[in-house]
Amino acid sequence: MSSLRDVIVVGAGIVGSACAWWLARAGLAVDIIDPEAVGTQSTASAMGHLVVMDDSEAQFALCHRSRVLWDTFLPHLPAACEVDTSGTLWVARDEDELAAAEARRDFYRDRDVKAEMVAPAQLAAYEPNLRKGFRGALLVPQDASIYPPAAARWLMDKALEIGAKFHRGRKVEAIADGGVLTRDGEVLKAPVVVNAAGMAALELLRGIDLGLAMRPRKGHLVITDRVPGFCRRQVLEFGYLKRAHGDEDTSVAFNIQPRRTGQMLIGSSRQFDVSSREVELPILSRMLTRAQEFMPRIADLNCVRAWTGIRAATPDGLPLIGPILSAPGVFLAAGHEGLGITTALATAELITNVVMERRSRIDGSPYLPGRFAESKGLRDVR
Amino acid sequence: MSGRVEREFEVFVDGRPFAARSDWTLATLLLNEGHFQFRRAVKGGTRAPFCGVGICHECRVVVDDFRTVRACMTLCRPGLEVRTGGE
Repeated sequence: MSSLRDVIVVGAGIVGSACAWWLARAGLAVDIIDPEAVGTQSTASAMGHLVVMDDSEAQFALCHRSRVLWDTFLPHLPAACEVDTSGTLWVARDEDELAAAEARRDFYRDRDVKAEMVAPAQLAAYEPNLRKGFRGALLVPQDASIYPPAAARWLMDKALEIGAKFHRGRKVEAIADGGVLTRDGEVLKAPVVVNAAGMAALELLRGIDLGLAMRPRKGHLVITDRVPGFCRRQVLEFGYLKRAHGDEDTSVAFNIQPRRTGQMLIGSSRQFDVSSREVELPILSRMLTRAQEFMPRIADLNCVRAWTGIRAATPDGLPLIGPILSAPGVFLAAGHEGLGITTALATAELITNVVMERRSRIDGSPYLPGRFAESKGLRDVR
Repeated sequence: MSGRVEREFEVFVDGRPFAARSDWTLATLLLNEGHFQFRRAVKGGTRAPFCGVGICHECRVVVDDFRTVRACMTLCRPGLEVRTGGE
């Protein structure tokens, strides 16, 4: 192969940046290309909660592997990444949620993730601003949060330090065997292309039908001015799992995260098939009303900014990671919905292992992009 | 000034009681008492009222634990607890 480079990574969000670094660390010559800068889209909108979720064993495995990897890097991240390791508190409102929280604790414990129940009487000591009367909570002490665009920048810088090259402000029009076509008409050749273009990833695969569409799932966030101590760790309603991960077209769920600045980041909302980025006041209102049902004094806080972001959702809630069999050399690393910050490192590791033909610690088959094609008689079968 | 104007009640600024009036803003009270650090900027600089009419937000203080208000737009009331020097 006489190419100038071994790999082109399309997209410099946190997933693309992580892939670029991992591939470069494996000794490959990597170019990264993005129509804007590092981490400007879903990465910039995201909350940055590093959380191990367990909707399925496959989701758990990817999150958990990525958390193990994050844990090795968190102590080395620069201050701009705002690392906070004070854990997550999942609040249960009723007996059903309490039972589900206990089941989750057991699930975690069986898999070596620390988790413990907090009794109602102790809740005020953990979070004084929680309303009284909850049935208890699940504390996951090892969860963390980071500032995602700064973390993406750090990953990119690590890649650049060891020889990767970033094509900033260049848009890829199409990905094909052997390289990418840019909007300015250049064909950049490489034997391997990693498509980490998020919501745009499938459009770039001209003529390849993987038998699925990614759906945009819009979210709103609000940040307050500085009120250090208002809450001490990320607090979510346990119902978040069914409200956020259910199929309802529009839902809101309580989620508050203290930032290192003393600001409070408050979410969350989910709207399927809405791709406009405008802030919608009715949704914002529902979201903040919900939040006040858990922490009434949120009503006293000043919001200084609200914004939205688009999560790229797949039909089964799992990302698309791995080779596209009908396009040799083309790999997908996209469709992470709301978990891309958490799972970026495990995704990068999986992609690198597949590219390098190395074995992975976790089974990569649940994330293969061809998994939807099989049942539809399409070409891209496993 | 404090010798000539009748004070009506106390408000607490950073735990210390100050005699105040209901027709005074918090900014009036604090400046009368020679209290010039209303809050700190992110990089540590001192901030105090600049515009005095609610536009610049430089005079922000915290009341009732977590409520951030503009001192120049907030009237004194009995027992109010004010925290200054925050960000």
